[in-house]
Amino acid sequence: MRNRLLALLAALFLALPFGPAFAVDPAEQLLDTKLEARARDISAGLRCLVCQNQSIDDSDAPLARDLRLIVRQQLQKGQSDGQVIDYVVDRYGEFVLLKPRLHLNTLLLWLAPLLLIAGGIVLASRIVRRLPEKSDAPAPLSAEEQKELEKLLTPPPVKS
Amino acid sequence: MIVELGHFALILAFFVALVQCAIPILGLYARDERLFKVTEAGAPVLFALIGFSFLALVYAHVASDFSVVNVFENSHSAKPLLYKISGVWGNHEGSMLLWVLILALFGAAVWLFGANLPLDLRATVLGVQAAISATFIIFIVATSNPFLRIAQAPAEGNGLNPILQDPALAIHPPLLYVGYVGFSMAFSFAIAALILGRVDSAWARWVRPWTLAAWIFLTVGIGVGSWWAYYTLGWGGWWFWDPVENASLMPWLAGTALLHSAIVMEKRDSLKAWTILLAILTFSLSLLGTFLVRSGVITSVHSFASDPARGIFILAIVAVFTAGGFALFAWRASSLATGSTFSLVSRESTLVLNNLLLSVCCGIVLVGTFYPIALDAFTGDKITVGAPFFNSTVVWIFMPLLLAMPFGMFLAWKRGDPKDAGHRLWPAAVVAFVAGTAAVVAGGGLKVALAITLGAWVLAGSVWELLWRAKFLSVPVAETVRRLLSMRRAQFAATLGHIGLAVAVIGVAGASAWVSERLLVMKPGESADIAGYTVTFKEVFERPGPNYAELAGAFDLKRTGGSQIGTVVASKRRYEAPPQATKQAGISVRPGGDVYVVLGDEAEGGAYQVKMYYHPFVRWIWGGSAIMFLAGLISLLDRRLRIGLPQGARKASITSAPAAAE
Repeated sequence: MRNRLLALLAALFLALPFGPAFAVDPAEQLLDTKLEARARDISAGLRCLVCQNQSIDDSDAPLARDLRLIVRQQLQKGQSDGQVIDYVVDRYGEFVLLKPRLHLNTLLLWLAPLLLIAGGIVLASRIVRRLPEKSDAPAPLSAEEQKELEKLLTPPPVKS
Repeated sequence: MIVELGHFALILAFFVALVQCAIPILGLYARDERLFKVTEAGAPVLFALIGFSFLALVYAHVASDFSVVNVFENSHSAKPLLYKISGVWGNHEGSMLLWVLILALFGAAVWLFGANLPLDLRATVLGVQAAISATFIIFIVATSNPFLRIAQAPAEGNGLNPILQDPALAIHPPLLYVGYVGFSMAFSFAIAALILGRVDSAWARWVRPWTLAAWIFLTVGIGVGSWWAYYTLGWGGWWFWDPVENASLMPWLAGTALLHSAIVMEKRDSLKAWTILLAILTFSLSLLGTFLVRSGVITSVHSFASDPARGIFILAIVAVFTAGGFALFAWRASSLATGSTFSLVSRESTLVLNNLLLSVCCGIVLVGTFYPIALDAFTGDKITVGAPFFNSTVVWIFMPLLLAMPFGMFLAWKRGDPKDAGHRLWPAAVVAFVAGTAAVVAGGGLKVALAITLGAWVLAGSVWELLWRAKFLSVPVAETVRRLLSMRRAQFAATLGHIGLAVAVIGVAGASAWVSERLLVMKPGESADIAGYTVTFKEVFERPGPNYAELAGAFDLKRTGGSQIGTVVASKRRYEAPPQATKQAGISVRPGGDVYVVLGDEAEGGAYQVKMYYHPFVRWIWGGSAIMFLAGLISLLDRRLRIGLPQGARKASITSAPAAAE
């Protein structure tokens, strides 16, 4: 019950991680700065599996630390960025990628921006093109508005 | 006793709302004005009842009445008063009560300020509002009742999650909710327009201030949330494309589009059907956001399953109001008369483009947020759609929006001259080019340079628009100043809003591109350099807090090789109820950016892990939000909006004419 409440509380505002957030430990860092920079880049794209929408680079969960170490070990073995990511995905599944790869099941996701733009353009062009056919005359007044207008236009009775 | 009265008032409010939404339907059939008046009279009553109910819950929290489940689960007697109060909406039940309270507040506002609305429109709007109120009150009473008691009252409560015990997070939910719920006004007006079959520029004039009020609160609410995340989470992140953040971003995007299309409708009597549709859509997205946050469907599957009643109930509410709104639109939209025309190159067209791009952004956020849930439900495949997806899609759609913005401001209504606008914009183009070049030279990379170029383009274009309207350079400076000061507030506000957005865009690009970071293990006395500053670890000391123990680290800050600037204190807090630790970053705001220090765990030999960051441009992000908030506020104070009627505006311009002639 309390766990669920805490989860709700966290979700309530920003669903951000709580507690001490001290992700990358100084001791984890590789001495080779180029390799370390690549490790950070790769880490930023991998999800911490036990957190809410956090990359392993931002998370201080033990599992995230394990993954960070795996990434660094693989890089030290001379693997390319792509090979390292494949290695992690083989073990943890597509779920680990913050940016899903283009597959049949993510086709619609990646096509969504294009479909939305295309649909939007069709709609917008209908709005812009259809309008010039219409007349410029304003809509006629409703009965109420007409009455109001007449009331306004009728001069007030002159006091004798 | 007070708690029971509050409980009772809430149930009573349900019946008042029910009557309030049923009566105008009768009134429309019977064409009886007295029935409309009943609905109207219900608005302040509803507000008073829900207000009392809310105060009763506040009372229970402030008095630490742990016999109330809600207080027991979320409060603690040692909590500072501010957090006892903010704890009321720091939990599911209380925050839903706040939701309906704000809804009732807007209803009461229609009753109070809506005197110039036609009676049938006013009653129908209040009727729709009451329908939403009734639905949410029954949701609260049935699934999320904050007034339940425990038979044997515990002596002490569980306490509030420490990360919520923060001034920014105390005001964040009410601000967001005023935004979310405020869009219900646009929705109710849209539904009323469809039911009454009457929509014109006067309608847009009434809807716009309500939408604007909601929008500025949503803007500042999102800004405060992002600022909180920045200083709380220990590394200075300010936006994560988290589903719950997306839940607030979607209505913001749709609401921004709505504000712009309402302008076209008000000024040009055009885009009526589209504006109505956007009004329905914006509030539907607010409801969807509420569903996302409240049901727990996003957080994890099992928290949804642990109390499916809530999730399913809210989903049903979302479905009924969204589907109902769209069905009514499909049925009645054709009855809306079309308005005046415009050519392809005109301010109207740029506003259509604005609406198109904002809607596409909103659509992508929607798809990205719900895709993993839908995919899991249909195929069982589990994927993640995180920040990199949104950064590589939404950001690119936003760029043409920025590109088009200054053109829109310089184009005339109905038929604009693109060459003319182009000529007028050259100063902005020069500024944009210089800024972009500087970004490239500073190593920002293509995307960042493009964003900075476009940010500068909008910023300079907006400033130049103001000067151009004040005939800068073609009349004496004093005359320009006079013209600037006598400019219509709404006009000035629109430009200021764009300036705010430009500032935020530059902030986002700059903060992502030039952040620097250092991870160290430091002993007191040691120094480290970051981005031209030298940070010296001075000492570690203990500090007592009201309901926590704090370990603080003091760091001296100076320019590298220069003079002392000040001391930065970063700390770690340990709360007892609930037992949890938080980190308070030490932040020094410098002209170019923030120096950000975090104290970590103790290492061997009296050393500590220390994280240091330099976050340049980061203040621009919230500065931009604050400017947008201010711009909206100025626009709300525009006399025409307050008076709300065309005749009023005419009268006002007549009275101000002699003053202008002097």
